[in-house]
Order: sequence, then C-alpha cells, then structure tokens
Amino acid sequence: MSSDTAMPDLPETNYINAEKGLKSWLTTIDHKRIALMYLIAIGGFFVVAMGLGFMMRLELLNPGEQFLDGAAYNRVLTLHGVIMIFLFIIPSIPAVFGNFCLPIMLGANDVSFPRLNLASWYFYIAGAIVALFSVAAGGVDTGWTFYVPYSANTDANVMLPMFAAFLLGWSSILTGLNFIVTTHRLRAPGMGWRQMPLFVWGIYATSWIAVLATPVIGITLVLVLIERYMGIGIFNATMGGDPILFQHLFWIYSHPAVYVMVLPAMAVVSEIVPVFSQKRIFGYRFIAMSSIAIAAIGSLVWAHHMFTSGMADEGRIIFSFLTFFVSVPSAVKVFNWLATMYKGSIKVDPPMLFAFAFIFLFSIGGFTGLLQGALSVDIHLHDTAFIVAHFHYTMFGGTGVMFFGAMYYWWPKMFGRMYNRTMAYVGFAMFFVGFNTLYFPLFIAGLKGMPRRYADYLPEYHSYHALSTVGSWIMVTGILILFANLIWAIKRGKRAERNPWGGATLEWAVASPPATHQFDGPPEVGEPYDYKIPHLGDDESAGSGADEGKA
Amino acid sequence: MDAAAHDTHDAHDEPHLTPYSVYVGIWLALIALTGVTVLASVVDMKHQAIFVALFVATAKSTLVVLYFMHIAFENRVFWWFLLSAIATFVIFVLLTFADYAYR
Ligand SMILES: [Cu+2]
Repeated sequence: MSSDTAMPDLPETNYINAEKGLKSWLTTIDHKRIALMYLIAIGGFFVVAMGLGFMMRLELLNPGEQFLDGAAYNRVLTLHGVIMIFLFIIPSIPAVFGNFCLPIMLGANDVSFPRLNLASWYFYIAGAIVALFSVAAGGVDTGWTFYVPYSANTDANVMLPMFAAFLLGWSSILTGLNFIVTTHRLRAPGMGWRQMPLFVWGIYATSWIAVLATPVIGITLVLVLIERYMGIGIFNATMGGDPILFQHLFWIYSHPAVYVMVLPAMAVVSEIVPVFSQKRIFGYRFIAMSSIAIAAIGSLVWAHHMFTSGMADEGRIIFSFLTFFVSVPSAVKVFNWLATMYKGSIKVDPPMLFAFAFIFLFSIGGFTGLLQGALSVDIHLHDTAFIVAHFHYTMFGGTGVMFFGAMYYWWPKMFGRMYNRTMAYVGFAMFFVGFNTLYFPLFIAGLKGMPRRYADYLPEYHSYHALSTVGSWIMVTGILILFANLIWAIKRGKRAERNPWGGATLEWAVASPPATHQFDGPPEVGEPYDYKIPHLGDDESAGSGADEGKA
Repeated sequence: MDAAAHDTHDAHDEPHLTPYSVYVGIWLALIALTGVTVLASVVDMKHQAIFVALFVATAKSTLVVLYFMHIAFENRVFWWFLLSAIATFVIFVLLTFADYAYR
C-alpha cells in the first residue's frame, strides 16, 4: 500500500471513478458498474441469509426449544431458503461475473442491450424489496418451494414472496436474453465459437435454461394466486385440481434452476484450472458441449424430486432413469479438469484452492445425488437431513464456493488491488473445515432418520447436531475472514498488475480496473488457453513451465 | 451503441416492409377466430370444446408470431430460437404425461 500511486500500469480514470455520485451508479448502463451493484446487493443478501442459517444451527445445538419456537423456526427456514435461492445463488455468478467478464472476454465494450441490463438490476431490487416486505408482513412458513395445498390455504401472506420470485424471475430472463444475444452478436472479429473462453460457454448454456425454464415458475406462481384469490380449481383437489401438478410445474423450473446455479460455477472452474496449471485446457470441446448437454438433459429429470408424492410408477421409473444420465456430462467436466492439471505446473494460489474445493465438495454432492436418483433408496432418504446435506454440498459447496473463488480470481481485475494472501489461506482453511464439519454429520443423521425442516429432534441425534452447529461457527468465521480480506483490499490492498495470474483470456489484456470503454478497437483475438502469447505476459513470468497440452 | 451498429449492418441487409393490407388481414383473421370462440361457447360440445379452444389459441398465436412479431421475415437463427422454445414446451408436456397417463 506504499506504492499507491506509483504503478504505471493503472489508468487514472477507470470504470469506478469515471463518474461520481449515487445517481451516476443508479443510472449507469456500464456492464461493469452494473456488475458491482449486483455484487453489493447479492453479497449483502448472502450475509443476511447466512445469519439466518446460523440461527437455525444455534437452535438445533441441543434438543428442545432454545430460542426459536416451531412457528418461528419455519419462518426463519423459509426466509433462509428464499433469500439464498432467489436472491443469492441463482443470480450470483452470472449477474456479477457474467456481467463483468462476458463482454470483455468476447472483446466487446458492453452487452448487446445495456439499458435492459440495468432494467434487470431494477427487477432484482424490486423483487428483493417485495421479499423483505413479506418479512415485515409477518413472514411465510411454506418453505421456499411454496407447495400447495398448504401455500394456497395458509393464513400467512404467500402472495408477497411469490410475487417477489416472479419479479426475480424476470430479472434472470432478461439477463439471460442479454447474454445470449451478446454472445451471438458481439464476439470480436476472429473469435469463432471455438475461440470463446469456457466461462462464456457456461454462461451461454445457463442463459438458455434461464430463458426457457423461468417462465414456467412465473406462470405457476400466478396460477397459485389465481386459485387462492379467485377460487378457480387448478391445484386444489376439492375444486377439481391436482396438487401434484404444482410439484410438476414447480420442479420443471426448479431442477433446471439447479443448473442455472451450478453451470456458471463449473464455468469459473474451467477458467481457473488451466490458468493455475499453466497448461492448455484438456478437451475444450467436451467441456463446452457438456455445458449444453447438462442444460438439455437437466431439463428432463425434474420429477426425481417427487418420487414420494404419489405420481405414477411408470413416470417415476422414467425420471429415475433419466436422472442418471445427467451425471455423465458433469463427470466429463471433472475428468477434463483433472486431465488439464495432470503434468501441469500447478500454482496453489487462493483461486485454485477454491477450484479444488469445488471438485471435492461437488463430487460428494453429486454422488449423494445419484443415491437419491435411485427410486428405492430415495423412498428412505426423502425429506431427511440427508437431502439437506446433499444440496448444501452441491449448491453451497458448488456454486457458493465458486462465487468465492470467482471473487478471489477476478478481484484484482475488478478493483485493481490484491488481497492479503495469508488471510485468504486462513479464511479458506476455516471455511473448508467448517463446511465439512457442518454438513457431513447431516448425511449420517439423515440416513438414521432425522427429518429435515424440524426445529427439534430426539436425543439420539444430539451428537450429530451439536457437531454440525460447531461446524457452523468455524465456517462462518472463515467466510467473514474471506469477505473482510476482500473489502480490506479495495482500499488498502497492494496494486495489482494487469495480469497477476498469467491468464490468456481477454479480460487480462485490459487495464486493472478496466476503463469504461475497455477496448479502443477490436482486440487481437488469440487462443483463450494458450499461455505462451507474449503480449499478454506483462512482466509476469506467465507461461513458465507451461506444458504441451492437447485440447 | 455497438449493439445497434452491429444489428443494422448484418441482420437487416434489406429491411422487410409489410404492407398495411397484410396487417389488416391478420387483424380481421384474429377477430374471426375470436368469433369462433364465442360461437363455441354457445354450442354444447362437451369434451370437444377443449380442442376447439386449443385450435383457436394456436392459430391466433401463430399468426401473431409470424406477422406481428415479424418471425415470418426474419433470419434463420430466430427460427431456431423459436423452435427450441416450442420443443422445450412439447417435451415438458410429454414428460408430465409420463405421470398423468398412468396414474
Ligand atoms: Cu433435481
């Protein structure tokens, strides 16, 4: 922090200080500023929802009631789920890093529809405000899945959180649309589909899911409201409706939404692994196509959430069968990452640690998911703590971890400052140990019959819950250290070079932080994973020890 | 904006102009189809009514998408986008009936 103004690499005006004042932010159409506004909102909501999760763990420390009664626990649980799913995980990586990096990686100065991009942010904020308003209006205890018939009959005001989800859905549809058009139309001259960075492929596949599947949840939530307030029987059996239809419609969106959450995380891993192995990505085309395959197959498996709902056996067998297929493209990615690392010169910098954590945690999440995909086993596991452990391993161990990883990878680009490495290692270690201490015992408790969504439990589950709660203390401490380190870096961190990691994608060719218009003309497009390009090397020793990889 | 510049260059080399008569014709067709809906509500068709309603809805939306939304005159890529949406919808319905058909 001594050489604050002395680094030659830094432009005096960049996208952050190009304009001043709150109004300049709220009316900006610069994709990088919009990304920062998302980052602030999404990061804030993550901390709030993490606090709620922390409270639930505290309540579960001992059997019996500590400080939340059953009704309050249900409300906290719903709020934790709604915020984490709709306000954090679904937008997280695409809205922040997709917005920031996708145009730059394509060699464009902005997305195709910059104003629509800002409108998406306002949809997000409007949805967030409505969701918070629902808390003020007494809260909701339906869980984030809003299952009928309960959600159509409860006294709680479910209209508000459903309307919030509806608005947030619009935000993801419009963002997805923007990214699809940008990818098709704004690639720099010379960048064909096979020269696109894999991050762009991942975000592109994600955008298609968002555009095609999100309308289903919007319509479904409107149908619930129509049933509730106009008395038209759609889901209510006493009015001639079918409650299982709600579950179909809900999961038609919400299973693909799982891939809206995790594909961007895989996309970040696909950037980090080759850069920190300094080796060309192995199987570029397989990784790119597996994103598309996940998007397609992932849309055909939704009813695996409904095996105990009373749907037809034939339907259950078909969906169980299809579910196993979706693990194939995910495994393709993991094998390609490992093959990329093989014989690479691996640098274990903080971003790479997060990528390792992703592969480890997501693999546990994925394999336990296959267990639940098996029809017979799922009958036993359904609605137990096993499920809670499973989806936290995939969603948090997957997307959450790579959201942190993406921050630790692109932070020097976004703010032109480097965080403290030691604190990054300390924070990561506490996070990783805490994470496994928190969630792994829930697998065992669940196998032994501990139901999910319960505020209380029998004494025989005490040791698992106590261990899990202790894990939450360690993990939250680690996360706070990780966040504090980044916030500290914005003001106090050492100046970061243009290309601190030796990456070869285009965002490392522009200044840190980039200027509002990052490219003066069409940039020179090279191979995104060739670490021997001299003009990107800076004074860094990028490419040292790079191996002859085959794509 | 880059985007606008890009669009006018390669997407619409020669912008397609639809004569007003076509728009008026489509509008009249839509009104006629609404008339069919009204008629169908008067005649008692039991279960067949659902097919009439679906036919009218499909015909109307096809006309709107093709002419009012300009898809009939657009680049091939927009057809692919439209087809992928329709295919998704068809798959969702078919798979849902893997449950309903057997229950
Ligand atoms: Cu699923």
